[in-house]
Amino acid sequence: MLQIEVKNVFKSFKDVKAVRGISLTIESGEFAALLGPNGAGKTTLVEMMHGLKKPDSGEIFIQGKTWQKQEHELRKIIGLSLQETRFAEKLTIYETLRLFASFFELGDKRVNEVIELTALQSKQHAMTGTLSGGQRQRLALAVALLNQPEILFLDEPTTGLDPNSRQDLWHILKSLKDQSKTTLILTTHYMEEAESLCDHIIIVDEGQIIKEGKLDDLLDENSRNLDELFINLTGRTINN
Amino acid sequence: MKSIKNNQLYQLTITQWLETIREPEVLFWGIIFPVLLSIGMGLAFTQSSESKFRVMMVENCTQLDSLLGIYAQPDAKDSSVSIWEISDSTLGDSKFSFTRSDWKSAIVALKRGEADVIVTDSLGKAHYHFDPHNAQAQLVYMKLSALMKSPPDAPRGGFNIQPLTLKGTRYIDFLVPGLIAYGIMSAILWGVSYAIIERRSQKLLRRMVATPMKKPNLLIAMMFVRTLMNLFEALFLFFFVWLLFDIQIQGNIGALFVLFLAGNIAFSGLAVLISSRTAKTEVGTGWINAVLLPMMILSGIFFSYHNFPEWSIGFIKLLPLTALTDGIRSIFNEGAGWIEILSPSIALSAFGVICFVVGVKWFRWY
Repeated sequence: MLQIEVKNVFKSFKDVKAVRGISLTIESGEFAALLGPNGAGKTTLVEMMHGLKKPDSGEIFIQGKTWQKQEHELRKIIGLSLQETRFAEKLTIYETLRLFASFFELGDKRVNEVIELTALQSKQHAMTGTLSGGQRQRLALAVALLNQPEILFLDEPTTGLDPNSRQDLWHILKSLKDQSKTTLILTTHYMEEAESLCDHIIIVDEGQIIKEGKLDDLLDENSRNLDELFINLTGRTINN
Repeated sequence: MKSIKNNQLYQLTITQWLETIREPEVLFWGIIFPVLLSIGMGLAFTQSSESKFRVMMVENCTQLDSLLGIYAQPDAKDSSVSIWEISDSTLGDSKFSFTRSDWKSAIVALKRGEADVIVTDSLGKAHYHFDPHNAQAQLVYMKLSALMKSPPDAPRGGFNIQPLTLKGTRYIDFLVPGLIAYGIMSAILWGVSYAIIERRSQKLLRRMVATPMKKPNLLIAMMFVRTLMNLFEALFLFFFVWLLFDIQIQGNIGALFVLFLAGNIAFSGLAVLISSRTAKTEVGTGWINAVLLPMMILSGIFFSYHNFPEWSIGFIKLLPLTALTDGIRSIFNEGAGWIEILSPSIALSAFGVICFVVGVKWFRWY
């Protein structure tokens, strides 16, 4: 079953054409990576997919529904972790999760479950203002997982994290993948992250998809990993 | 049956409350500072204190010199200065300081604010030089010319001063209702407007509306918690001024509560309107100050707005802070009741609702 269908979507900000005619589909249970350098249009595309931005033209269907007509229904089935979100600093992790849980009419039981899932038990009574970058990202993931989302959007979830924190987050996402209940759309500019977590790779550059497919299908003798593939496609590395 | 703890409005209100009370600065500026301010202002304006007047004497002033020879004492620190102290149990003591100087130095002293009036001599008669718009200088002129006509030990002519100490006529009685009204406005503009803008700038609002949260619930929770805090702050302030200055509420307490709620509605609506668009806290601070400062000055918080030009009074009375301050003052000091507060309460509530509706229509969540 198609979870997400994007049809010829365009989006501009003043003179900047952020997304230029992108079409893609994501199947149920797939872990898809939107991979590309900073400014490639990944965040704009994913924000249109999770309904926080409207495309200038084109259509986006989530489980066959549109944001214009069925926003309230769709909000209940998606989870998201946005880039650079800060939480209220004077609330604890537990209170923050309790608040977000109430938006889905969920109670303490589910809050405790996501705290355990994201390994935040020891920090659950700490104010969010005192958390490290990795702990904040785990909290953002915990918030995103509260409603047991059918579709999960993670926008650059490990940017700025140290290698250990990144591994912790990957570990949580891999356990989620093993359960096969969630479709994941992950934006990242870390090739290793995409290779490690995702089976469907979508490489975006300058607002367009330049290559898409299963990881095994994309790699060959000339492109032994995604870094090499990106260099072969664009003539530059992804972090430049 | 659904637990109230899972209700989003309940959780929004609780978390808003926790955020507010966990901010020590909020408690200081909202609760302690108004009490300190009222104590300071109350003591300053209710205690008799010595008034000081500074006069520059250019050349010899025959008329004044003869008086100073009788009543003034040379200053121990500066031989060019004479001090004349006048005791008055009703109006308070006065201390005149006369400094002999040349014209140029006297003008410099006036420019620096070191002198109020310059006195020169013309054919044995004193001439006064001062800015006629300067109230302090006017007072020095009037006091000094009166002293010249009737020195302090001469018998006083026909004026009997009866000091008014009735409750409601003291400066502290005027000040406290103003502080309560100003506290409501200030706390709501900073507590609601600034909080909304900060959350928008931190992308927290965006994160919240990406859930099934009902958008008005967040604003309602913020406004409710702020109103509750304002009630505590006002009660705290009232308790202290009652204790220290024996301030009484002479009018209807129910009417006061309704007016208090109307004031909270008015400024909550205004707060939502102010914060409806911007995501920059610097811009938000500018907007809040642009609304707050003019009203603080114009609406008669510390001093009566009747000191402003006549043509501006009509406009000043239209300001929501003026309506709230006048209303609270009338209940505290004039014994006003339901009838008197009906129209300001309706006007304030209507103003708040209109601002809220427009603000929500313009509101940018991210």
